[in-house]
Amino acid sequence: MESIKDKVAIVGMGCTKFGENWDKSYDDMIIEAVYEAYEDAGMDPKDIQAYWIGSYWSGLPAPSMPVSTILKVGYKPVTHIENMCATASDALRNAAYAVASGVCDIALAIGAEKLKDSGFSGLPTDEIAMGITSTAPNTFRSRNFTAPGHFAMMASSYFNKYGLSAEEGKKMLAKIMVKNHHNGSLSPKAHFQREITIEQVLKAPIIAWPLGLFDCCGVSDGAAAAVLVRGDKARSFRKDPVFIKALQIAVGWQEGYMNPQHDWTTVKETVQAGLAAYAEAGIKNPRNEISMAEVHDCFSITEAVIYEDLQFTRRGGAREEVEAGTFELTGELPVNMDGGLKCFGHPIGATGLRMMYEIYKQIQGKAGPRQVRQPRLGLTHNLGGTPGGATVSVCIAGP
Amino acid sequence: MMVGIKSYGIYVPYFRLSRAEVSKSWGGFPATGERAVANYDEDTITLAVAASRDCLGDSDPQEIDRLLLASTTFPYGEKQSAAIVAAALDLKKQARTLDLSNSLRSGMTGVASAVEAIHAGTSKNVLVCASDIRMGLPNGPRELEFGDGASALLLGDTDVIATVDGLLSLNEDIYDVFRPVGENYVRAWEDRFCREAGYTQIMLESLTAAAKKFRLTAKDFSKAVLYAPNPGYLAGVARAAGFDLKAQVQDSLYATVGNTGTALSSMMLAAAFDEAKPGDRILWAGYGDGCEVIVLTVTDAITRIQGRKTVQRHLAAKQMLSYQKYLRWRSVIETEPPMRPKPEPASAVALYRDRKCGMALYGVKCKHCGTVQYPVQRICMNCLSKDDFEDYRFANRIGRVTTFSHDNLAVSPDPPSTVAVVDFEGGGRIMMDITDRDPPEIKIGMPVEMTFRHIRYVEGIHNYWWKCRPVR
Repeated sequence: MESIKDKVAIVGMGCTKFGENWDKSYDDMIIEAVYEAYEDAGMDPKDIQAYWIGSYWSGLPAPSMPVSTILKVGYKPVTHIENMCATASDALRNAAYAVASGVCDIALAIGAEKLKDSGFSGLPTDEIAMGITSTAPNTFRSRNFTAPGHFAMMASSYFNKYGLSAEEGKKMLAKIMVKNHHNGSLSPKAHFQREITIEQVLKAPIIAWPLGLFDCCGVSDGAAAAVLVRGDKARSFRKDPVFIKALQIAVGWQEGYMNPQHDWTTVKETVQAGLAAYAEAGIKNPRNEISMAEVHDCFSITEAVIYEDLQFTRRGGAREEVEAGTFELTGELPVNMDGGLKCFGHPIGATGLRMMYEIYKQIQGKAGPRQVRQPRLGLTHNLGGTPGGATVSVCIAGP
Repeated sequence: MMVGIKSYGIYVPYFRLSRAEVSKSWGGFPATGERAVANYDEDTITLAVAASRDCLGDSDPQEIDRLLLASTTFPYGEKQSAAIVAAALDLKKQARTLDLSNSLRSGMTGVASAVEAIHAGTSKNVLVCASDIRMGLPNGPRELEFGDGASALLLGDTDVIATVDGLLSLNEDIYDVFRPVGENYVRAWEDRFCREAGYTQIMLESLTAAAKKFRLTAKDFSKAVLYAPNPGYLAGVARAAGFDLKAQVQDSLYATVGNTGTALSSMMLAAAFDEAKPGDRILWAGYGDGCEVIVLTVTDAITRIQGRKTVQRHLAAKQMLSYQKYLRWRSVIETEPPMRPKPEPASAVALYRDRKCGMALYGVKCKHCGTVQYPVQRICMNCLSKDDFEDYRFANRIGRVTTFSHDNLAVSPDPPSTVAVVDFEGGGRIMMDITDRDPPEIKIGMPVEMTFRHIRYVEGIHNYWWKCRPVR
């Protein structure tokens, strides 16, 4: 089995402002992100040889066709990818594999989602997605809970396992959210761009106990795109391409729903995708070798557990690292420099490429007030599903 | 042949509504006591399943060869409710199922039919269940009088706790209490007519006929268990029939449960059984479009099951409910719909294919490695063996909460929605809602039991599955 390390490079990226984009359609956002990427790469749209579009709910039932129409791709291959909240990372992965295999030299990966045309808060229910194929979840085994409810169960179990009172646990989580809000305030394309205080987080209404309003990420519209080329030709496009070092994905079998051995204080898919990515990139000590990470903070507890699952700290060590400021912008290993899902927002099918957009800009030294000092390797961690059953993508990129 | 009752069970929903709160809301005469209210996720079917499970305990449901289900509030006009209850109880396919409807005495008519079937030798073990959630209009007497509940009796000809010694039936065409098809609320004529020309006259006529037929007088009975919508009606008939109110007449559960319609006669009988002594003779009568009278004699076997404290246990497990929540749960008032996705209709095909795992709560146990798993799998999650499983039922097993959440974003008539990861004694895990709970009581590690519930109603299909609740 070969590694993808340095075989593919990103030479152009684009990302819309995330948020409640009332005046922008799915089509508008795709055009905006894709044309920013073309311009960044100095690329003629006609040079793209194949397209991968990641969307979860938008553009159904066949988003590959709308994308072909929006961009007028002219009878070229277009493929729709769906892998829950890790959709855009998987669009990137598939486009990169096509380039690495040599079947095309230039490919475009797009992630896009229009959530706020729905008329309600939160995500569509699973039954909406599953109901299309009339599978069992819309008949039996229907549990009445939402995404916050799922991740809240991880918080309950985590607090219990490590002996944290609800107050102690919520305070640890609040500090993570205060960090991401600070970073978001420095991020012009973020959905939420304001600082918050620990007190605000702790006093916010409960969404799903023990998680409150500020423990939950935004529901946003947005799109992002990346132009991928062969690694050996990358420098003919620009002087500072960003090379892909690892692209891994791990999909679980919903063990958390079926196996009493699974205790909901870890996401095994994150552990596995992380191990595979570190091996592919040749990383021995993630804490020292990774300069920065964009991780899937859909909820505050998710980010805390990711620190442990990706070996940024030991099991149960999240609290002391948060106290020490390890993952702050000025800390030893900055995490979610652009505000993360919490503040940049979370348009499901676009998020993975938004994460890579920040890593790409950071490595090129273009992150402005958020710039991490001399970053080497950056990591993106994109989680779809729930702690009990997830699809997790880990990508590592660097100069 | 000793034909009679082998076991009994009841179900009183967890929630109670104070009659004083209701009458105060409308500025009416003060009313006393409380009435049982079904949770928002309960209906006639789920109440029937709960009472039947209470009656059957750990006995093998496959031994039941007939299920008679009585109610005036079945969820479907066409589609048998008894078959739904049979699926949830995991009865055998050859069990004969029948719905008995439209009369408040249909539960007792079912008992009489069961006795006749057993005498005729066409059935060995007959489960007769009665269940009702009847509605009275707000600010009316029936809203206060009615209670929700169910009862179940297992009849057979061995190990009976009470023999059935005599049956008498009487029919009458009268508009005292009635409900036309298509209406939700029970109507009644003037109370004086209902009481005098209806209940009192017909009950007394039947009791007199029974006394004559069986050559027994009031003094021959330890207990008179007489259906009555309220204590006033009961006292009038009992006195006129020659019974000593204090010593002989079974309380009608009005102060604690309310009039549970078809289920009330058997619920009152259960209360009498809880206190009965071997040799006691019981006069049991049910009213509605006439009357059923049944004479019973309690046997020594009664002491075997009195330890269950059937009625006492159900009355003790309760939480008071606000009138506002009652109005919402029973859809009496329309509320602002949530800004959330609309529930999807169920697929009849998927329901059909998945009914054993869904309705009877069957998982599987791997024959190769012994790992228990839910829902039904074809590839073992532990050893990857393919299609090498035996059936494994979770319905009567106790689980423990491994983790949980109270979800305020989920749409629920009783927010927050409480969901848990439940791990079972003996293996297996199911993620499920916790119902009949007070949120602060939910703790990691607490034991929970399974309860069959109504999940949703979309486009004509009532969808059921299982939830868990704190062990009561």
